[in-house]
Amino acid sequence: MSNELPAAEHYVLTVNGVAHEVRDAWIGESLLYVLRERLGLPGAKGACEQGECGSCSVVVDGELVCSCLVLAAAAVGRDITTVEGLAPAATPSDVQQAFVDEGAVQCGFCTPGLVVAVHHLLDQHPHPTDAEVREALSGNICRCTGYGRILAAVQAVAEERRRV
Amino acid sequence: MSETTTAAGVRHGLGTSAPRPDGVPKVQGRFAFSSDLWADGMLWGATLRSPHPHARIVRLDVSPAWTIPGVECVVTAADVPGKATYGLISSDQPVFAGDVVRYVGEPVAAVAADHPETCRRALAAIVVEYEVLAPLVDAEAAVDGSFPPIHPDGNVIRHQRILHGDPDATGPVVVEGTYELGMQDQAFLGLEAALALPDPGGGGVELFVATQWLHEDRQQIAACLGLPDEGVRITLGGVGGAFGAREDISLQVHTCLLALRSGRPVKVQYSREESFFGHVHRHPARIHMRHHATVDGDLVKVEARIVLDGGAYASTSSAVLVNAVSHVQGPYRLANAVVDGWAVRTNNPPCGAMRGFGVVQACFAHESQMDKLAAACGLSPLEVRLRNAMRTGDELITGGPMDSVAPLERCLLETAAVPLPPTPDDHVLARPGGTGRTTDPAHVRRGVGWALAMKNLMYSEGFDDFSTARVRLHDGVAAVKVATAEVGQGFVVLAQQIARTVLGVDDVVVEPADTTIGSAGSTSASRQTWMSGGAVDDACRAVRERLFELVGSRHGIEPLRLAIDGTDVVDTIGDLRVPVAEASAGVVLEQTVEHHHRPTEELDEQGQGRCHTAFAFTAQRAVVDVDPELGLVKVVQIATAQDVGRALNPLSVVGQIEGGIAQGLGLAVMEEIVLAEGRIRNPSFTDYLLPTCLDAPDVVAVLVEEPEPMAPLGAKGVGEPPCVAATPAIVAAIRDAVGRALPRVPVRPQDICL
Repeated sequence: MSNELPAAEHYVLTVNGVAHEVRDAWIGESLLYVLRERLGLPGAKGACEQGECGSCSVVVDGELVCSCLVLAAAAVGRDITTVEGLAPAATPSDVQQAFVDEGAVQCGFCTPGLVVAVHHLLDQHPHPTDAEVREALSGNICRCTGYGRILAAVQAVAEERRRV
Repeated sequence: MSETTTAAGVRHGLGTSAPRPDGVPKVQGRFAFSSDLWADGMLWGATLRSPHPHARIVRLDVSPAWTIPGVECVVTAADVPGKATYGLISSDQPVFAGDVVRYVGEPVAAVAADHPETCRRALAAIVVEYEVLAPLVDAEAAVDGSFPPIHPDGNVIRHQRILHGDPDATGPVVVEGTYELGMQDQAFLGLEAALALPDPGGGGVELFVATQWLHEDRQQIAACLGLPDEGVRITLGGVGGAFGAREDISLQVHTCLLALRSGRPVKVQYSREESFFGHVHRHPARIHMRHHATVDGDLVKVEARIVLDGGAYASTSSAVLVNAVSHVQGPYRLANAVVDGWAVRTNNPPCGAMRGFGVVQACFAHESQMDKLAAACGLSPLEVRLRNAMRTGDELITGGPMDSVAPLERCLLETAAVPLPPTPDDHVLARPGGTGRTTDPAHVRRGVGWALAMKNLMYSEGFDDFSTARVRLHDGVAAVKVATAEVGQGFVVLAQQIARTVLGVDDVVVEPADTTIGSAGSTSASRQTWMSGGAVDDACRAVRERLFELVGSRHGIEPLRLAIDGTDVVDTIGDLRVPVAEASAGVVLEQTVEHHHRPTEELDEQGQGRCHTAFAFTAQRAVVDVDPELGLVKVVQIATAQDVGRALNPLSVVGQIEGGIAQGLGLAVMEEIVLAEGRIRNPSFTDYLLPTCLDAPDVVAVLVEEPEPMAPLGAKGVGEPPCVAATPAIVAAIRDAVGRALPRVPVRPQDICL
């Protein structure tokens, strides 16, 4: 195998409704790497490179995925939503605000992935039970909080959405 | 929780669950962690590591790496311009291995290149020939001297004895056991990452790094780079958790060296696998403990022998050992002690700080012993602890009195008052094994276990771990400058709360943490609320004095009559009321102060000396459901009452308690770095198991608020005690459910069912 990186690739990714041209990329780059290092979208975080921790969670064509396990070039032609695309910067989403209010944020490294996962869960199941929430979020590891405040935040949003 | 409000609304001062200023950026993905940093023309750096636990380097040829297009820099031990070694307590760890490697993962060389993949190929191209040596992997062989020294400093990092009271005292009831703890990883989510920017001309370097202690890093980096301290300027990069693993140098020197050598910005970021090799872990321990007691269950004497495996380099092992031996006492009245402890060097991965710092190990042993004592004396686990619980003024086995507030009886009784959870939840996910759905509910057995813990706060043995704060008041806005590492614990909001309460302002800016101000000490040892909180409080009070002098002189009032009420300066015996914003308009009032805790002493040869600054306590009661056939455990509930002194931000305190419990749960039932002949067998999140939200118990936390007079804000550190108590409480509950001895953590399925 040559030590030189193989020929550069050019492709287009649609992220948060915006088409981004990716130029001169190595074909082996993950979606996580391209989002973070080429498209200026560092919200998705890398923490395990194996799809175990959920820190890199994004939504691709309505499906919650670990972007570290998706080749960027394989996401061409799909709708990609990252944490940056959930709500305008000036107005956090209800899930984002609940995470702040309920104390679900400590170091914050797992937080963007969890926020994406919670949005995805509540879009699919507006009124999840505690067990359903736990199962849905069991692919997102948080090392700081012990999960108590995260679960409280999810239920606070579900409750608020029920009232509205 | 009480909220102080004014006409302007909720003020978010001390005692309120004020929201964190970094909360919104973090939930939006806009908060810049160290791994998010980027610079024009930036190179990526990567590290070549030893594949052997012990070997001599026979040949090292980096020239093939230089031939790879995109490679800009390759460095080895020969390129380190200053001191060849670093270390927190003793400088025994090479920046790069010279002639010998002493653990799997020890850095041998580093490269910088245009792309992470180019780095990977460059590392693969470097030629290293090793002469493999027999590894020292058995800590006992280091204690008994049967293995030749693997380091010029020898194989015993520290031996510490404690002899207190009558060493020959005995009691009619004797209980003993040998306990073991595996090696735990801090497993912070935000992997090691740093960005170094070389000064033009190479006379200095600017480093953005996720660390726990900026100034200690600077001192060690500068020495290795052969630069004066001021040649290394450090700014805290966003930190994705720490838990002790960022107290030691990891990538700091390598990153700076690559940047200085290449003349380009360099970013280094570890992978998860590399992170397991790149930072210190919790010391594995083997502890034999024997207690003598009266027939009524009153403790008479403790005897203990502790061996901590420090791995290849010293890190903080000697301090971890002092914590372990001095906390053998547990939070109990105990007049006589004979303790011997060793922290030793092996060819296992280096161990150092992790949340609980030596006390986790001691507490697992003494709490296991207390349950044995209870059984021997016909007492319940709660009764034996109530009977022996320490009070303020009781004697410590290291000499001198316990002079912290010690509300242990209250912690126990308030924990006991928490209702037990209902009978096993019928939901399949609530059963042991959870999503595996393998447990037959008819087989589930429930158990209840207790633990009582104490944890020292701040640094010990004569170390002056002071903190520095600067506070500036201008136009009704306070700016707080500290070098305190925010690692997730929420100091950034506490600093705001202090300034709001003391200065009567609503707007408080917490400036970036960097080395342009004096040290804040480390974010460890549950110390920043006390130390940096104390420094910010002192600085705010000093600024407030200047403000009162200013207002007093303007209005002809003795400054001592003035006070802050809400957001106003008021005359306590007159009518004057001036908003702080108005009083501070157009002036700059600024004060910088250092906060020091009282001095402590080193332990002498007999282990006597007032070595600790202060202590915090907690009681926990764990309820578990166990499937004894499959060896599966579900921790159902942890009830706890924790001695917090004063809850300055109740939501933050609860977050620390729940988070600490989860890490203690991990050590109890799943987390272990598995070693085979010095090699880590499970360096990934696939194989190193961490608690998920399906594993998390319901936590019912009672905050016991008895303000600590020694603490500047009455508050004790809260981060470590819950982590210390959770492991023994959970294991006691499993023992209660299945009747096995379970002397080792983590408790594995085969320990329960085979």
